[in-house]
Amino acid sequence: MTHMNLLEVNNLVVEFATRRGLLRALDGVSLTIAPGEILGVVGESGAGKSLTGAAIIGLLDPPGRITSGEIHLAGERIDQYSEDQLRGIRGRRIGAIFQDPLASLDPLYSIGHQLIETIRTHLPLTAGQARQRAIELLEETGIPAAAERINHYPHQFSGGMRQRVVIALALAAEPQLVIADEPTTALDVSIQAQVIGLLKRICQDRGAAVMLITHDMGVIAETCDRVAVMYAGRIVEIGPVQQVIHSPAHPYTVGLMASIPDLETDLERLAQIDGAMPRLDAIPPGCAFHPRCPRAFERCRLERPELLDANTSRAACWLHAPEHVA
Amino acid sequence: MNAAMNASSRIQPGEHLVQVEGLSKTFDLSASWLSRLLSGRQASLLHAVDDVSFTIARGTTLAIVGESGCGKSTLARLLVGLHPPTKGRVLFDGTDNALARPLSQRIQMIFQDPYASLDPRWMVGDIVAEPLLEHGLASPGPELQQRVSTLLESVGLSGSDLSRFPHQFSGGQRQRISIARALATEPDFLVCDEPTSALDVSVQAQVLNLMRDLQRDRGLTYLFISHNLAVVRFVADSVGVMYLGRLVEWAPKSRLFSRPQHPYTRMLLDAIPKLRDTGRSRTPVQGEVPDPLNPPSGCAFHPRCPLANERCQQERPQLIAAEAGTDTGRVACHAVQEGRIGFSGT
Repeated sequence: MTHMNLLEVNNLVVEFATRRGLLRALDGVSLTIAPGEILGVVGESGAGKSLTGAAIIGLLDPPGRITSGEIHLAGERIDQYSEDQLRGIRGRRIGAIFQDPLASLDPLYSIGHQLIETIRTHLPLTAGQARQRAIELLEETGIPAAAERINHYPHQFSGGMRQRVVIALALAAEPQLVIADEPTTALDVSIQAQVIGLLKRICQDRGAAVMLITHDMGVIAETCDRVAVMYAGRIVEIGPVQQVIHSPAHPYTVGLMASIPDLETDLERLAQIDGAMPRLDAIPPGCAFHPRCPRAFERCRLERPELLDANTSRAACWLHAPEHVA
Repeated sequence: MNAAMNASSRIQPGEHLVQVEGLSKTFDLSASWLSRLLSGRQASLLHAVDDVSFTIARGTTLAIVGESGCGKSTLARLLVGLHPPTKGRVLFDGTDNALARPLSQRIQMIFQDPYASLDPRWMVGDIVAEPLLEHGLASPGPELQQRVSTLLESVGLSGSDLSRFPHQFSGGQRQRISIARALATEPDFLVCDEPTSALDVSVQAQVLNLMRDLQRDRGLTYLFISHNLAVVRFVADSVGVMYLGRLVEWAPKSRLFSRPQHPYTRMLLDAIPKLRDTGRSRTPVQGEVPDPLNPPSGCAFHPRCPLANERCQQERPQLIAAEAGTDTGRVACHAVQEGRIGFSGT
């Protein structure tokens, strides 16, 4: 099992020390990604999806820190690495793509300079070889006339092209794991399709494991093999994308799916989950979703559910407890 | 289907609340006259909105869709009078809105980002009361307090939220405050610029349902700007598709989604990931929106259009009825007008 998964996260807890006390932002998150697999992570703002990505690459902003749990990359435990050791992994073995391509690129350097710098930091290549490799990367991500474009600056690229440059940058050292945090959110639909296609192809061709963080269920449906749904710092459901989208097991996922406007039918009303996700300092006891849950019962108010088997996926919901099902 | 029929039964025939005629907005982005002369650069004009005409029937919603930079937000601003038009006019209830001041009470706007559109130093009560005071519709006192509480309750907040500040509310609640503020002057027409784009889907559902209830209860007319076609399908009665400042298709919702005409509309619909087909690849869309400062000749979509021919490169198509003799939609496309395009029905 350990050797099959490239990334293994076990019971990860991230806490923030604040004036009002310790806030638990991630509470017992466990997930795995195999090589060549795309795992989607969805949830509302503040559910902890970006934080999960940041914790894995070791980019948590203080005062946030990992207080328990383990992160293994290809069997190697990395959550206790020093900043120096992490720098050797980030970019080299884990590539990252963020939402805003303009913020990921330095406006003062040509994209060629930035690519070559990244490549030479991680790989033992000469300047000439690195330049050649940079051009190949740009071509691979679908930038026309790459040999010429390599001398251009970020502002000379359109939004979609810039995101391709960022992807090229993330792939520069052939990472085993790519963490993509809302990579298409800032892009128009027509460009979004191109970037998603690129991400899928890279995953297939190179056998990289991809963690795709997004709030867009459509993107998840089309791209991912499996999906994890997060709510209030926990994974409430994880399973094959077909299963989670078409027959969700957790009442939160059911509500989330129903609230998405449908492109193919006319609706009189959208199903809505009343209320809002609790703030970190006011997470209710028992299941964090119970105050909004139409199917909550006594046990949900008292006891916090762990992930339980529910058909082919797993859901943190007492409805799937063996004694309840039976 | 059902919803479309309900919608059309609401419309009184011939009753247009908003009528837009040949509306254009050009921004002059040129360098100063002297530096143009010295560097030999041309004047550069951005045609953000270019000869756009449409009508909105009272009590209905027209949605405008398009990608970034197509001019949809400029169009919204022209309609509420935040920009003066370069050419053309907006008739509101039969009068020209360039002059009349009280129209500012009858037309209100809701913005995309509820974090930027509310002053963080103002209490919610003051934010909602401001339009009433500004327009002299109320004077400070218990009566005003009562009106503001009623407004807050009508958008699903509590009257006791009056003395709280915006930062104490979530994004969805803030957007409700914006809606309460917009409703304060009892407008007929709300211009909504991407009102739910900054919200999570479950919160978006709450706000869209609220907007629909308010429309039904108060007979409101909406112009709804969005880039999300699924949201548009939920809110709209009719839909306008914009590309590089021009309206390329304008049709009743049922028609637009069942039989899109313009190749750009078809491309947009194809480009959206569908929840139902997990793992299916979308038809890859070629190219990107061209530079609006230097738009292509003829039909602005021709460089990306699979059906473009010589005429499309030279002659700009007019927005005319898609099928002669029917009023089921208008489209600006030579291929459709010449019958070079098949109706597959997506």
